[in-house]
Amino acid sequence: MCVAQKHQERCILMVEIRINGRGGQGNVVSAYILAQAAFASGRFVQAFPSFGPERRGAPVAAFVRISDLPIRRHCQVLHPAFLIMQDEALIHVPHVTEGLRPGGGVLINSAKAAGEFATLPGCRIVTISATRLGEQFLGRPIPNTALLAAFVALTGLLPLEALDNSLSRRFRDATLANNQKLVHEAASRVDAGAWKDIGNA
Amino acid sequence: MREAIEGSAAIAQAVAFCRPQVIAAYPITPQTHIVENLAKFIAEGRLSAELVSVESEFSAASAVLGAAVSGSRAYTASSAQGILLMTEVLYNIAGLRIPLVLTCANRAVGAPVSAWNDQQDSMAVRDAGWIQLYCADNQEAVDTTIQAFRIAERTELPVMVCVDGYALTHTLEPIELPTQELVDSFLPPYHFARSLDPRNPISIGNLVTPEYYTEARYVHHRALERAADEIVAADRAWAEICGRECGGLLAFEGPNDARVGILTLGSVFGTLADAREEYPGIPRVKLIKLRAMRPFPIVAIQRACHGLDDLIVLERALSPGAGGIVGAEVRAALSEIPTPPRVHNFAVGLGGRDMPLSILPRLLETIRTSGPTRFNFFDLELNKVAEEDR
Repeated sequence: MCVAQKHQERCILMVEIRINGRGGQGNVVSAYILAQAAFASGRFVQAFPSFGPERRGAPVAAFVRISDLPIRRHCQVLHPAFLIMQDEALIHVPHVTEGLRPGGGVLINSAKAAGEFATLPGCRIVTISATRLGEQFLGRPIPNTALLAAFVALTGLLPLEALDNSLSRRFRDATLANNQKLVHEAASRVDAGAWKDIGNA
Repeated sequence: MREAIEGSAAIAQAVAFCRPQVIAAYPITPQTHIVENLAKFIAEGRLSAELVSVESEFSAASAVLGAAVSGSRAYTASSAQGILLMTEVLYNIAGLRIPLVLTCANRAVGAPVSAWNDQQDSMAVRDAGWIQLYCADNQEAVDTTIQAFRIAERTELPVMVCVDGYALTHTLEPIELPTQELVDSFLPPYHFARSLDPRNPISIGNLVTPEYYTEARYVHHRALERAADEIVAADRAWAEICGRECGGLLAFEGPNDARVGILTLGSVFGTLADAREEYPGIPRVKLIKLRAMRPFPIVAIQRACHGLDDLIVLERALSPGAGGIVGAEVRAALSEIPTPPRVHNFAVGLGGRDMPLSILPRLLETIRTSGPTRFNFFDLELNKVAEEDR
């Protein structure tokens, strides 16, 4: 997972991810959980929300950087290799895919097939019915766990167990057990490793 | 223990390790999470402190002033307009020589209203007589917060720990959190020699006539100058017990034979450091991180700039009608050395404007192609400005 810098002996191994959602959907928590999972599996990480005041329901974004080297920059993520969309209606928001690297991966929370999102050219789309899975496993329409599990499985960036561990920092008892079951179900619904090549410059 | 944790949560944990007895704050973005976390620690019984709910920042500053002068270790935090509303009290805290620690989660000041990050708030109160330390990352924010209590209590001067709002406060990154035992060994219990005590009455804050006012100001100025040694000593002592230091008054990195230097305050330092790796073809650059804005480390700046042909001073605030604040002070400091570098002064990252990696090559190209810039706005988009205002 290396971006650029072939001309230099020291490779800057970094993957950048943007989570597009709506204020109140927990996209910052998602970013933190993903970063903490990557940290627990030995990576350097950074995660942050789109800066500034946020309003419930408005389109918002959160960002994750995962790297094999310390991350010192504190600037915005301008060209993510991956987008995670918490809500399929977001694809109608102007510029929602702006900055995505050519050939980047877009994971959309949707019951529709990936082919129905042909309006997003130049990227590789995978869909997962994350809200429905949330309802089924957690009893609530929360898509985040399913999306993160699918993302981790698609990219192979970290072992699924790292995500389990990260969830165990935040949830307890039945909620944790249900989330962990959901991780494995959601991961099994996507083609594991299908996005392994994305992010390599 | 090393954890991936949000900046504000880590700062709150650092404050809690310092065992403050009184915390008073009024919520303002992006400072809010720090005090929210502290309130949670108190509610959970992990921290024994009085949390004073106040109706404004003026009251927050007044409450911690009162608490500290009564012998309590006290803490507050604010941002932007909140810092400005505190201003009268900030001068009083400093002039009364009361040890206190305040985190300024740096944010732009309105109008126009902005909730985003720059450093206009802390720069606006740079002359209030506080020590001001700027943090380049969240590890430094944690370590500086702990050092700040020791510096404040040893110098009897208040310390403002300046942390870039959002860029640090809302960013989760790996941070080494010390243990309670380690902090206890570094920071002895607070004892204030001039504490108000009814059994031994003294009065503070009296009227000072023209006969003594100048001398009082002189003593305060000298105390701040002398605080430089305590800032360096606290950083060294902290490094001895935990292996991490924040650079004392200032630090620099990069090749010794670099002809170009860039001086910054706060979190853009790391961005420029990464940019140096990302653009290997650019000229060699020495990056200078100014940690102490007050006291202003004139000699350290002169030494750090020795041998440079050009120095770029980046700042996240300005004095409208004059230009750069840090730039003017750095230029004055360098005017005392025999062959000072040309100083190029730019305001960048105002009101949350992103400072991407590409800022480094673009800055270097700008100084290569134009003469010294007394002061200018970098990344200014004049097409957004009405013709008559250009």
